[in-house]
Amino acid sequence: MTLLRLEARGEASRAMVYATPLLAVALTLASGFLLFWAMGFDPVKALHAFFIAPLMSLRGLGELAVKATPLVLCAIGLAIGFRANVWNIGAEGQLTLGAITGGGLALAFYGEGGWWLLPLMIVAGMAGGALWAAIPAFLRVRFNASEILTSLMLNYVALHLLNYLMHGPYRDPDGFAFPESRLFEADAVLPLLVAGTRVHLGSLFALLAVAAGWFLMARTFIGFQIKVIGLTPTAAGYAGFNQKKIIWMTLLLSGALAGLAGLGEVAGPIGQMNPTISPGYGYTAIIVAFLGRLHPVGILLAGFLMALSFIGGEAAQIALGLPKAITGVFQGMLLFFLLATDVLIRYRLRFGAKRAVVGRAAA
Amino acid sequence: MSFPPHRLELRGITKRFPGCLANDQVDLVLRPGEIHALLGENGAGKSTLVKIIYGVLHADAGQIRWNGHDTHIPDPAGARRLGIGMVFQHFSLFDTLTVAENISLGLDQPGPMDPLSARIAEVSERYGLSLDPRRHVHTLSVGERQRVEIVRCLLQDPKLLIMDEPTSVLTPQEATRLFETLRRLAAEGCTILYISHKLEEIRALCDTATVLRGGRVVGSCDPRKETARSLAEMMIGTELSTPERLPQGEAGAPKLQVRHLSTTSDNPFSTNLKDVSFEVRAGEILGIAGVAGNGQAELMAALSGEALVPDPASVAIEGRPAGHLGPRERRLLGLAFVPEERLGRGAVPELSLSENALLSGYAREPLVRSGLVHFGRARSYAERIIGAFNVVTHGHRAEARSLSGGNLQKFIIGREILQKPRLLVVGQPTWGVDAGAAAAIHRALIDLARSGAAVLVISQDLDELFVLSDRIAVLFHGRLSESRPTHHTSVEEIGLLMGGLFNHPPDEDEE
Repeated sequence: MTLLRLEARGEASRAMVYATPLLAVALTLASGFLLFWAMGFDPVKALHAFFIAPLMSLRGLGELAVKATPLVLCAIGLAIGFRANVWNIGAEGQLTLGAITGGGLALAFYGEGGWWLLPLMIVAGMAGGALWAAIPAFLRVRFNASEILTSLMLNYVALHLLNYLMHGPYRDPDGFAFPESRLFEADAVLPLLVAGTRVHLGSLFALLAVAAGWFLMARTFIGFQIKVIGLTPTAAGYAGFNQKKIIWMTLLLSGALAGLAGLGEVAGPIGQMNPTISPGYGYTAIIVAFLGRLHPVGILLAGFLMALSFIGGEAAQIALGLPKAITGVFQGMLLFFLLATDVLIRYRLRFGAKRAVVGRAAA
Repeated sequence: MSFPPHRLELRGITKRFPGCLANDQVDLVLRPGEIHALLGENGAGKSTLVKIIYGVLHADAGQIRWNGHDTHIPDPAGARRLGIGMVFQHFSLFDTLTVAENISLGLDQPGPMDPLSARIAEVSERYGLSLDPRRHVHTLSVGERQRVEIVRCLLQDPKLLIMDEPTSVLTPQEATRLFETLRRLAAEGCTILYISHKLEEIRALCDTATVLRGGRVVGSCDPRKETARSLAEMMIGTELSTPERLPQGEAGAPKLQVRHLSTTSDNPFSTNLKDVSFEVRAGEILGIAGVAGNGQAELMAALSGEALVPDPASVAIEGRPAGHLGPRERRLLGLAFVPEERLGRGAVPELSLSENALLSGYAREPLVRSGLVHFGRARSYAERIIGAFNVVTHGHRAEARSLSGGNLQKFIIGREILQKPRLLVVGQPTWGVDAGAAAAIHRALIDLARSGAAVLVISQDLDELFVLSDRIAVLFHGRLSESRPTHHTSVEEIGLLMGGLFNHPPDEDEE
């Protein structure tokens, strides 16, 4: 006799699709409470320091937006690809390339910029990311090579390319051989949106990407084709949808958005080129995309949540003297609980022993 | 007891799945040596019941008695130990292994290969199932593959043999040979539980029939004393209306012309089409018969545009070369297409009916404007289909997978017909569809042809082709026979063609 059992649902529960991320957050908080308590901290105070305190100042909120911006930009593009079964794992590399191409322009026109420089950098950043994503797209369409592997491997190539540039052409001539570029001039830096914070124009782009991503998937025929290809490729073939076109489109789009994210970092909070542009935004964006259920609005919320785990982790290190790993622990718990509670989409919990229920006969 | 106990006795078997009661208090008695038919429409609970007997599923309630003793069948191995064998509708054979190796894999105690091969040869000889243990399965016809499955069961010396829709893949001649084997087994005391919805063969073969409807036993009878019509009415519970075939009108201009179509494939297990030629004219229905795997899938793909053909002129729609065109362009020329697989090709299971209306409707209906989906129109298009074809569903928001097979097929056929095609190609229009829906689908296809469209039906169901077609041709090993007018041919003649006996001597070279 079991007291608690799982019973298959007749059809997937739509309510649970939206409820399980919230349930996962609640379970993470509960586990965090126990964890802090077991470690001898005041759990209320610790959770406050982790999750609430960073949000209590304008500056903290601004940092949240700054961290969420690249995550959301990358995740929107990735999610559209994931919907079509195009598994781009290379947002980190595409982000790096966007920084290299866009940031390179800032250095190339150092001292001779104008109002036109920033728009040009934005276009170049998106083109750089898209170009980097074009490599796995070509290999997939032409040779049927798995884009999971090719895009992942290109991340390392991009990182080495950046390192080479930082020790060579991009290095500040007056920088005592440190692998850092000159600070970008005012013409090459994204304007700030909110005084007293570091929130920059890139955050607006991220919001635009959320809206455009929603519009693409919900309203356009391309979005419909993406959905069908992802769900049932044979039905897409029957309908006459061009799968190669969709592979190209989704990879170029996610590459361009990742490139924009990279440009936004170097022309935003960083303000120069250096060898550590991203603390893994391109990878974390994969988690953000799934946490947000591949839905643009969900991704926006998930982006803020992941950004909070970064910032809260830092705050907890400072306020409580906790180790750096606390960020990873919370991100890990969140993912774990999300995956675990997802079982509720297809199953329901039943308490007590099995009992006969009268249902309707087979159709 | 003075007379021998029943072979198998089921009392009050009940099995519930989420949202449906698949078996409701089912009683069934099988005697030694009888051939017992289990009749019912799709979803009546036949498969669930035999899976319970074979130990694949377990009943929620009810008793099973085997040879007079209460028993519990924990799993298929336990069923085989009791002496229950089952031949499934879908074979589980490895193409690249030999007959003996395949059989060995399916036995609980296979033993060494050589004595096994000898036993296979002996058993297959005794029951008239000629089979060479050394042949590789991919070289066998479908009928021969089925023999492999049957011999695998016979090696275990079964007392009860369950056959699930065994003739759905056989030619009429192969079916006749199978019946001889089954009668011989029954004469030796083996009980046969025979599942089918082909009523004529049940009348020819079985001693007793139990009819299931909606998970319940609704009656049992001696099928030899019933007509096919009375059996069908027991199955569906209402009176049956069969579409009449009206005399064919004037056949008009050719809408589809296929000329010397040959295909090549990298897949060694696909069937290449070889020099296939035919045409379908306005106002007529051409039927293409054939056992599955003789090139139907390849022909469907070459016609729909899912596979392009090297010579554009080998497929012409309304006189325009179309072999190089994709599905969308062919639809714009006037083609509509109903694939064999309903869920997963003809419809996306997880999407709503409005979205599935858009799936093929986008080409000929005004559902997309400057790249944007007009959801209002997609919805009203779906509602038009649901209304015109009596699709039973709770509305255009229902997911395609929530519909029964027959209702989904009505929806897909409706979606294609409402696009007012000049040419409709349909694969297996009523496979696995209940009798009521099948009659509605047949009527819709006939009406479409009478309204001046050309209709091509590719089906394995000869009864269906004889009801629908004006002319019938047969596909065998990638070649297409000459077509002949339906009223100048017979099931026997078409059956011989399905076995490869074309008028011209068959040439053996494969390329």
